[in-house]
Amino acid sequence: MIVQTWKMSWAAVCANKLRTFLTMLGIIIGVSALIVLVSIADGATTSVSDQISAMGSNYLTVQISDDKENPLRLEELSQLFEDDAIEAAAPFGNTSVTAKSGYTSESMRITGTTGSYFDIMDLELSYGRTIKQTDVENNSCVLIISSDTAIEFFGRADAVGESLSLNGRPFLVVGVLSEDNSSLTSGQSLMQSSSDDSETTTVTLEGYIPYSAFIRISDSALDITRFYASSSDEESMDEAENAMEQIMLGRFGQDEDAFSIQNQSEIMEAMISVNDTMSLMLGGIAAISLLVGGIGIMNIMLVSVTERTREIGIRKAIGASRGSIMMQFLMEALLVSMMGCLIGIAASFGILKIAGKVMGDSMNFQMDMQVMWISVGFSLLIGLIFGLYPANKAARKKPIDALRFSG
Amino acid sequence: MIQLKEVSKIYTIGDECVYALDHASMQIKEGEFVSIIGPSGSGKSTMMNIIGCLDTADEGEYILDGISIEQYSETELARIRNKKIGFIFQNFNLLPKLTAEENVELPLIYQRIKTSERRKRVREALEKVELSHRMHHCPTELSGGQQQRVAIARALVTAPSLFLADEPTGNLDSKTGVEIMKLFHELHEMGNTIVLITHDNGVADEAERKIRIHDGKVKEVTV
Repeated sequence: MIVQTWKMSWAAVCANKLRTFLTMLGIIIGVSALIVLVSIADGATTSVSDQISAMGSNYLTVQISDDKENPLRLEELSQLFEDDAIEAAAPFGNTSVTAKSGYTSESMRITGTTGSYFDIMDLELSYGRTIKQTDVENNSCVLIISSDTAIEFFGRADAVGESLSLNGRPFLVVGVLSEDNSSLTSGQSLMQSSSDDSETTTVTLEGYIPYSAFIRISDSALDITRFYASSSDEESMDEAENAMEQIMLGRFGQDEDAFSIQNQSEIMEAMISVNDTMSLMLGGIAAISLLVGGIGIMNIMLVSVTERTREIGIRKAIGASRGSIMMQFLMEALLVSMMGCLIGIAASFGILKIAGKVMGDSMNFQMDMQVMWISVGFSLLIGLIFGLYPANKAARKKPIDALRFSG
Repeated sequence: MIQLKEVSKIYTIGDECVYALDHASMQIKEGEFVSIIGPSGSGKSTMMNIIGCLDTADEGEYILDGISIEQYSETELARIRNKKIGFIFQNFNLLPKLTAEENVELPLIYQRIKTSERRKRVREALEKVELSHRMHHCPTELSGGQQQRVAIARALVTAPSLFLADEPTGNLDSKTGVEIMKLFHELHEMGNTIVLITHDNGVADEAERKIRIHDGKVKEVTV
C-alpha cells in the first residue's frame, strides 16, 4: 500500500515538473542556507577553540592592577600558594632587550619567571635544563631560549653553554626550547598570535631568565604584577580559581578590584558559547527560510487539492478511504520537501567545498553531520506540518461534492 | 438485497426545504436488472448516490445486503463502495493521467491486493470488455465507447455485488450506446445485479424492471 501510494504521489509530483521544482526551491535554499551557515559557524568555533586550547587550558592568569602600596614580592609567591588546589605559580614579567652575540645583535623578548612557568605552560626543552630555584635565589644570569633564537644567534639548535649578552649583561644559555613551542604558548594574547603568522620572515626571538635577574635587567618590574598558576588537573580548575580568589582577597585586603583572575578554560567556554549562539542565530535565520519554503509547499498543495477535486471524488467513489487520500497528498508534500532537502544537502556540500577552496587552510569547512540530520528532520517536519492541512482538506471532501466538481 | 424504506434527502436552499427524495421506498433483489427512470431533477441522481453509498439519507433507512447503511463509518462506507459497488458514470470518470490498465487497477490497489494478482484480474477485466489491446493507452487516446468500457472494466474488476450505472450511454452515440448496453446484458446474464439510471425510455426498457421517479417520489414500478 505504501509503495502504491508512493507511486501515485510520485506520478503527481512528476506531472508538473516546473511547479514541483519551484516549490522545492524554497526547501533547497532553506536547507543549504541552514547547513552552510551552521557549518561555517562551526568551522569558526573549531579554529578559535583550537587556538585557545593550544595556549593551554589549565592555568589561571592573575593580574594585579592595584597593589595597595604593598606589592607582591617574589618570595611571597611560593609561600602564598600552599593550597592543595593550586599546583604551581610562576611570576611573569615581560620586556624587550637587545641581545648580542659576537657580531649579531637583535631585539629580543625576555620573560622573567621561575622554573614553574615551564610546567604551567607545558613548555618542553630539547636541550639543557629549565630555571632552577637556586638560579632565582642567586640571581644567576642564566637564559633559556627558543630554538629559533638559538638558530638565529648560534646557527644551531643546541646552544647550551653559549653566552648571550642581554642589554650588556652576559647570560649563559642553559636550555633550548623544542621547536613546536611556538610563540603562542608563551602566554601572549590571541590577537598577537594570529597577526604574526608563522610564514612571516621575522623570527620571534624569545628568552626566559630567572625573575630575580629580570628585575635587574628591566627598570620597571620590581614587583609582580602578573603571574600564572596551574591547578593539579583540568577538572579542579574551578576549585583552584576559588582558592586563588580567597588567597588574593586575603592578600589585598578584601578588595576585589585590586586583581583579576582569568581562567583559561572559562575564556574558552565563553568563546565557544559565543560561537554556539552565533550558530544558533544563523541556524535560526536559515530555519526561517525553510519555514517559508514550507509555506510554499502548503500553498501549492492547496492549489493541487482544488485542482484535483474531481480526481479525489473518483478515487473516493471507487473505494479510497479518507486515510488513503490523506496519505497520498501527505506523501506528495513529503516527497517535495525531502527531495528539496536532498538537493539542498548536495548543494551545500558543493558550496562548502568551494568555500573551503577559496578560504584556503585558514578555516575548516566540514559539513556538520549533526546539522545535516537536523535539516533532514526539519524538512520532514515541515513537509508533514504543511502537508497535513491540505491532505486533510483533500481527505474530507465528500465524494458527491467532489464528483460534481467540474474543474 | 437493496431496500429503501421511506428514504428522504432534503436540501435547504435559503429558507426553503427541497425534497430531492421524498419518502421513497423500493426494493431490488439480487441478480435483477433494474432501471431507474425519471426526468432531470426528479431525484434519480440523489437516489443513485444513496444506493451507491456516496451520500447518506436524511430520513428513512437504506438497507444493503441486510445491513442498514447508517451503522457504517465513513471508512467502512469506502470499503463497501470498493468491494460491493461498481460505478459506471455518464462522463466515465477515468483518471486522465493513468493508462486504461492503471485505471482498472485502482480499486484493487485500495483493496490492498498483491501486484501479481492485480495484474491478472486487470487483464481478465479488460479482456471481458475487449480492450486488452489498448490497456496501455490513456483515456484521452481512447474513444468515448472505449473509455466507457474501461470504466465498466474498472467496475467489474472487484467483482462487486451491484453495478450502478448513471446514464452510461448519455455521452455516447447511439451505435456505441447499443454496444455498451449489450455489455450490461452480458453482465446481467453472468448473474450480476445492475441498476441503471437514465432519463431515456429506450434505454430503460432494456431492463427487466423499471422504477419511475418523479419529484423525488417513486411513482410506479413496472415489470
